[in-house]
Amino acid sequence: MSKREGEGCPRKNADAPQDRDGSGNPSSPVIAVFKVFQQELDTKHDKYERLVKISRDVTIESKRTIFLLHRVTSVPDAEDILNEAETKLDAVRQKIGQIAEELRGEDIFQFHRAFTPGIQEYVEAVSFLHYIRHRSLISLEEINARLVFMRTEKGLAEAQPAGSQVLTFQVTPSDYLLGVADLTGELMRMCISSVGNGDIDTPFQLSQFLRQIHDGFSYIGNTGPYEVSKKLHTLRQSLGKVEDACYTLRVRGSEIPKHMLADVFSSRTALMDPEEGVV
Amino acid sequence: MSVTEMFSYIQGFLSADQDVREDIRKVVQMLEQTAREILTVLQSVHQPSGFKEIPGKCAKARELFCTVRTHIADLKTKFPVEQYYRFHEHWRFVLQRLAFLSAFVVYLESEALVTREEVAQILGIEVVRERGFHLDVEDYLAGVLIMASELSRLAVNSVTAGDYNRPLRISNFINELDSGFRLLNLKNDPLRKRYDGLKYDVKKIEEVVYDLSIRGLAKEPESGLDK
Repeated sequence: MSKREGEGCPRKNADAPQDRDGSGNPSSPVIAVFKVFQQELDTKHDKYERLVKISRDVTIESKRTIFLLHRVTSVPDAEDILNEAETKLDAVRQKIGQIAEELRGEDIFQFHRAFTPGIQEYVEAVSFLHYIRHRSLISLEEINARLVFMRTEKGLAEAQPAGSQVLTFQVTPSDYLLGVADLTGELMRMCISSVGNGDIDTPFQLSQFLRQIHDGFSYIGNTGPYEVSKKLHTLRQSLGKVEDACYTLRVRGSEIPKHMLADVFSSRTALMDPEEGVV
Repeated sequence: MSVTEMFSYIQGFLSADQDVREDIRKVVQMLEQTAREILTVLQSVHQPSGFKEIPGKCAKARELFCTVRTHIADLKTKFPVEQYYRFHEHWRFVLQRLAFLSAFVVYLESEALVTREEVAQILGIEVVRERGFHLDVEDYLAGVLIMASELSRLAVNSVTAGDYNRPLRISNFINELDSGFRLLNLKNDPLRKRYDGLKYDVKKIEEVVYDLSIRGLAKEPESGLDK
């Protein structure tokens, strides 16, 4: 810091000799005020950086959970994988607890940009797991209900009487919406891979579910945040792929005798080639 | 909860959000209008005739700040107080202008740097976030930087108007401001961009001071006494 000030001084001295007192003098009121600003800004930037870091960890872990969940279609015992995913998401929730800790007493929206990517990824992972388990869309309340954290260590010393131990993190509706939009991409991948595994029910369920979500997004239209309209385009593409897959299944299914269906769909190549031809 | 229900819940939330933004935008428009009026009043100090009427102009500007206060009081009622940063973008620009205008008025009156508390007082808002609608430190600093470029203009025009001492005083002031800003560790954000312009203001004022010095127009002992 002192070095930088040193650079500035000679230039000023050339023009106004009495300046030296003004700029070099640490007790000048302006300098004193700016020292306070320096602290305030540094504190804010540090907090922001910490949040970005946590958000990255949340993103990475959520992505891994999603990859894990994609294995569900090809494994006989799905329950093991679901439990493992649940454990992973618990770890992610701990991280979100750290975000909540950082945000205690702050305006959430001041730092929202630092952690929104992580939260969206988390919404994606948790709703994907929920869909595989229950075949339905997780609601915002259900997500928020699981983001309640108990903190005992530092909370006691603070002045707030009751609220200090329970920390909550609220996913905003926009983050939820964007997370759900990302979910549709995962569902599309799940649909294609389940076709490859000879599962002929899942694609139809998925296409129905995707259509519902698509209708929901069309209902929201452009009242939502700016990113939604971009994601809507991708959503249409995903839906198109899933609908094509279902179409192919239906067409091929009616042509092939029932007892041969399993053979046709059990090998990935057997399906993928004719699919190209039909489209 | 079905998919359709979920989406209509979100839609309800989004349209409520839009209504709030609409309300805020209306008030901010009025604020911008008033800010422009104040600027017009203060701009006349650059006229040769305006130099003699600086106190009068300042008094007039202060009157207009009353309107600003009522508008801001109106703005405060438009959204929940803890969601300040959610809508911050809507009034960030105008708040920086207003911070600049109050800083300029205070400088013209007392030739001192306005404190954040004073700006908050002039605008009828708070300094600390916890206490309600407040002045963000970055907005305050942005306002101060706008004033710096206005002062470099004033230095030029005060020479034209025959006031040879003012540039020296402005030069001292700006240099002090510059060393103040050097203390800050700015990120690569809009404030930093604006700060990068400060050196040109400093340079311009130094040139004015130089021109005056080599022609013997600046009376060194007198400005020394002022200090």
